[in-house]
Amino acid sequence: MLYLDYAASTPMRAEAVDAMLPFLKESFANPSGSHAAARSAKTALEEAREQVASALGADSSEVIFTGGGTESDNLAVEGAARAARAAGVGDGVVVGAFEHKAVLAAADRLEAEGFRVSRIGATSAGAIDLDSLARALDANTVLVSVMMVNNEIGTIQPLDQVERIIAEHAPKARLHTDAVQAVPWIDVAGAGAGADLISISAHKFGGPKGVGALIARRGVALEPLIEGGGQESGWRAGTVNVAGVVAMATALTITINNRAAEVAAVGALRDSLLAGLSSRIEGLVENGDREIKVAGNAHVAIVGVEAEVLLMALDRVGVCAAAGSSCSSGATEPSHVLAAMGMSESAARSSIRLSLGFASTKADVDGALERIPAVVAQLRTQVGAA
Amino acid sequence: MAMSGGVDSSVAAALLLDAGHTVTGVTLRLWGGETDSGCCSVSDVEDARRVAAQLGISHYVFNLADTFMESVVDPYVAAHSVGNTPNPCVECNRSIKFGVLFERAVTMGFSALATGHHARVSQSPNGEWQLLRGVDDAKDQSYVLYMLDQTHLARTLLPVGEMTKAEVRSEATRLGLRTATKPESMDVCFVRREDRGDFLAARAPARPGVVQEIDGTVVARHEALAGFTVGQRKGLGVAQGEPRYVIAVDGPSATVTIGTQVDLLTPTLALRDMTFVAEAAPSRSEELSVQTRAHGSLGRGRIEMGELGSAEVLLCQPLARVASGQVVALYRGDELVGGGIVA
Repeated sequence: MLYLDYAASTPMRAEAVDAMLPFLKESFANPSGSHAAARSAKTALEEAREQVASALGADSSEVIFTGGGTESDNLAVEGAARAARAAGVGDGVVVGAFEHKAVLAAADRLEAEGFRVSRIGATSAGAIDLDSLARALDANTVLVSVMMVNNEIGTIQPLDQVERIIAEHAPKARLHTDAVQAVPWIDVAGAGAGADLISISAHKFGGPKGVGALIARRGVALEPLIEGGGQESGWRAGTVNVAGVVAMATALTITINNRAAEVAAVGALRDSLLAGLSSRIEGLVENGDREIKVAGNAHVAIVGVEAEVLLMALDRVGVCAAAGSSCSSGATEPSHVLAAMGMSESAARSSIRLSLGFASTKADVDGALERIPAVVAQLRTQVGAA
Repeated sequence: MAMSGGVDSSVAAALLLDAGHTVTGVTLRLWGGETDSGCCSVSDVEDARRVAAQLGISHYVFNLADTFMESVVDPYVAAHSVGNTPNPCVECNRSIKFGVLFERAVTMGFSALATGHHARVSQSPNGEWQLLRGVDDAKDQSYVLYMLDQTHLARTLLPVGEMTKAEVRSEATRLGLRTATKPESMDVCFVRREDRGDFLAARAPARPGVVQEIDGTVVARHEALAGFTVGQRKGLGVAQGEPRYVIAVDGPSATVTIGTQVDLLTPTLALRDMTFVAEAAPSRSEELSVQTRAHGSLGRGRIEMGELGSAEVLLCQPLARVASGQVVALYRGDELVGGGIVA
């Protein structure tokens, strides 16, 4: 099997698996308890918090552990907007139109609650349209959410320019950045230094599913989404997933230590994959500007071939790839990301994402270059045979 | 194997595996809106996935919601708004299952598309493909497959057509399939019968008009033309002595004409968009069975082809009129000959 879907999920790093096992076995206690068993869990939890904080350029008091990227996004967008409106700061929310659904759904929810919500389109290169952003901001804007790296086409967003525009047009607004896709590839601490809220998800960088974090800078007001026992300083109730958090911190530390080498290696694999596909498949167009993409992302339109058909045909020869974003039924939704970039529906329908990661090898690329062009050729000869 | 998440396609998949075929399951995501009546929703996709996993076959989901909207739902709404009564299941079979899905199966190099319809495919001694009624008369679905032609049938498998529904269910139970006792879907998948008025009203402006007798006497006013169909007896807003039926619905004027049971009868049916299973239309002298709805209502008649795929069915005995947009299928015994849409 050739796994080319790292943007959807990564295998766990072996060290992260090892790190979490003790907390599924002997150190199982609830970290909120007051006995010795609880203390060892609590210690591990707080060490993990330190690790995550240092990796992301935050103070440990600014780390909220969550149930994953979606929850982090929801908490950041809904929590910050509601708290700001309650404090009388304003009622404007501005999000990128090609944000992850976790941000878009939160924005829809806020709109239903009476917030003014603007959704900002993207350039054909795959970057947020800064002029539109500037026009959408005003003195009553309370929250702006712009992702660090797009999940479908892998483009890195110009957060420094976004920050400057916010400072000029919406000085009271908080900036949230969904950094879920950024962690393996760019320095989140540096790129997110000016953000008030940063979301990450463990399974995108070699950690387990169902665990993530939200960095909320000191002084940023949030209304919690989950209430109960007051864990995570009241920002997020519920017994913390200690094993998951420990594994996430381990994976994050390794990812950051290995990043320079992995980015170079994966980037070279990705470039050779794209070069090979372009030379073997006629009518293949790369989506998004590679200059601003993370190293693991290849996104291509293959003229005349439907993505859904291609993905199924690829799966039948053992190639795992993706298109659009998967909904719970497993069906492919039309891509709102490509639509936000102004891509035609037919080009969007024939686009697929091939994403590489830390465990990708040259053999994966060689295998992909053998199988993908053959499948495309077969589909093209069969079209119209009915 | 088109797997809807229902019992028929679940058993069909199992039968194909038993017969030694290599089977791949596909479920179509077509709708799933809030008016969904319990087909094509996420839970059905999940049922299909679980059955596929149980049978050990790969399973895929195609999202054809946009195509379904364009080729089935929008035309359904448009037809109702001019007083026609379309059959969306037929249009779905034509443009989705035996349209896009069939083409995709061929494109991907599959030798056949299988569905869970109750009908049978066979081949005559001269090599011509035939579509026959399913063996379970009460469940026969050949009517909604009347548009299949030689190209389709050469690559179509209908494994449960040889079984009664009871046999299908007992086979599902024997195999321990989770869909064994799942209730049958009775409504159009994207709207429950009782919600149809609201569904249509939300998508096309209601067209008020009058209800009149054959002689032009206006007996009532109505609020929405889409609420009427030829043959309807209830809800006409009139209470004359002899029962009244809708005998005509006029789109341009939004006029509903009513009459007695005798007025409802017609000696001919005008059809459009005729298709035939065989390469050629049947002889005009041949007497065929005439089926005007999914189940029941069989008459006898001959067919006279007209221009541009139109035809007239000359009935041996008058039949109740059929609403514009409905399907009339023609049979030679158990064999489907072809059909068309009431003009």
